[in-house]
Amino acid sequence: MHRFANPARFLRIARPATPLTFWTGLAIVATGLAWGVFLAPGDYLQGESVRMLYVHVPTAWLSLSAYLGLGIAGFSVLVWKHPLAEVVLAALAPIGAAFAAVCLITGSIWGRPTWGTWWVWDGRLTSMLVLLFLYLGVIALMRAYDEPSQGARMGSVLALLGLVNLPIIKFSVEWWNTLHQPASITLSGSSIDSAMLWPLLTSAVGFALLMASAVLMRMRALIAERKVAARTARMAMAAA
Amino acid sequence: MTQTDYVIAAYVVAAVGIGSAVLWAYLTMRRAERAAQRLRER
Repeated sequence: MHRFANPARFLRIARPATPLTFWTGLAIVATGLAWGVFLAPGDYLQGESVRMLYVHVPTAWLSLSAYLGLGIAGFSVLVWKHPLAEVVLAALAPIGAAFAAVCLITGSIWGRPTWGTWWVWDGRLTSMLVLLFLYLGVIALMRAYDEPSQGARMGSVLALLGLVNLPIIKFSVEWWNTLHQPASITLSGSSIDSAMLWPLLTSAVGFALLMASAVLMRMRALIAERKVAARTARMAMAAA
Repeated sequence: MTQTDYVIAAYVVAAVGIGSAVLWAYLTMRRAERAAQRLRER
């Protein structure tokens, strides 16, 4: 892993991977959503509103997965002090926050016709809102220090502490009474009909690739910004 | 509002939310890499 945590080696992989993940992701998302909207059947209970599944569920999965990535990056920052792990931390947080926000808003829109309310303070919804606040907290902490490495360390501590929220989100529908339905897809199988499951998995793969492309773009931006800052500092010292 | 209206609203939110995150990432990458390139050429 340490071998790949080299910014120069990373850039050699990231430059061709960025457009590849973006265009492939866009094509797969378009396919998955068109499949879900125009070809998949409506639900016998929820009717047409079930079509929100194809954007709400992938964004929920990905905002949780990105937070797990944030925790792993935070661990690498604190233990190995990898400069690339700091970049991953700073790149993942805003993109994960965007996915968490989309998940919360689309869930709220789904809740209105299904439950008759935009929002309830139950375990699943509240723990997802806490996830968004954790993302925002990591971003704020990383920007609160003049020295980027110190900000990354503080952000890493919060990212690691916030990992405890992931099992709370996952099991909230089992631990507490909630309006939110329990998990439909588990390790033992799926209760979703294959006519809906395949477009869901397709759009999830597409959204994952789009997220990967956005994270790669942010990582490239942060590496370039650090290069500019280092070179500017060197030039200022040479001129002095 | 019909169920279809809610579905359209959810898709618009997803397109705007994820689209702007990707666009922001792209624009900041392009700006930073151009700045680094300009500095290298000086």
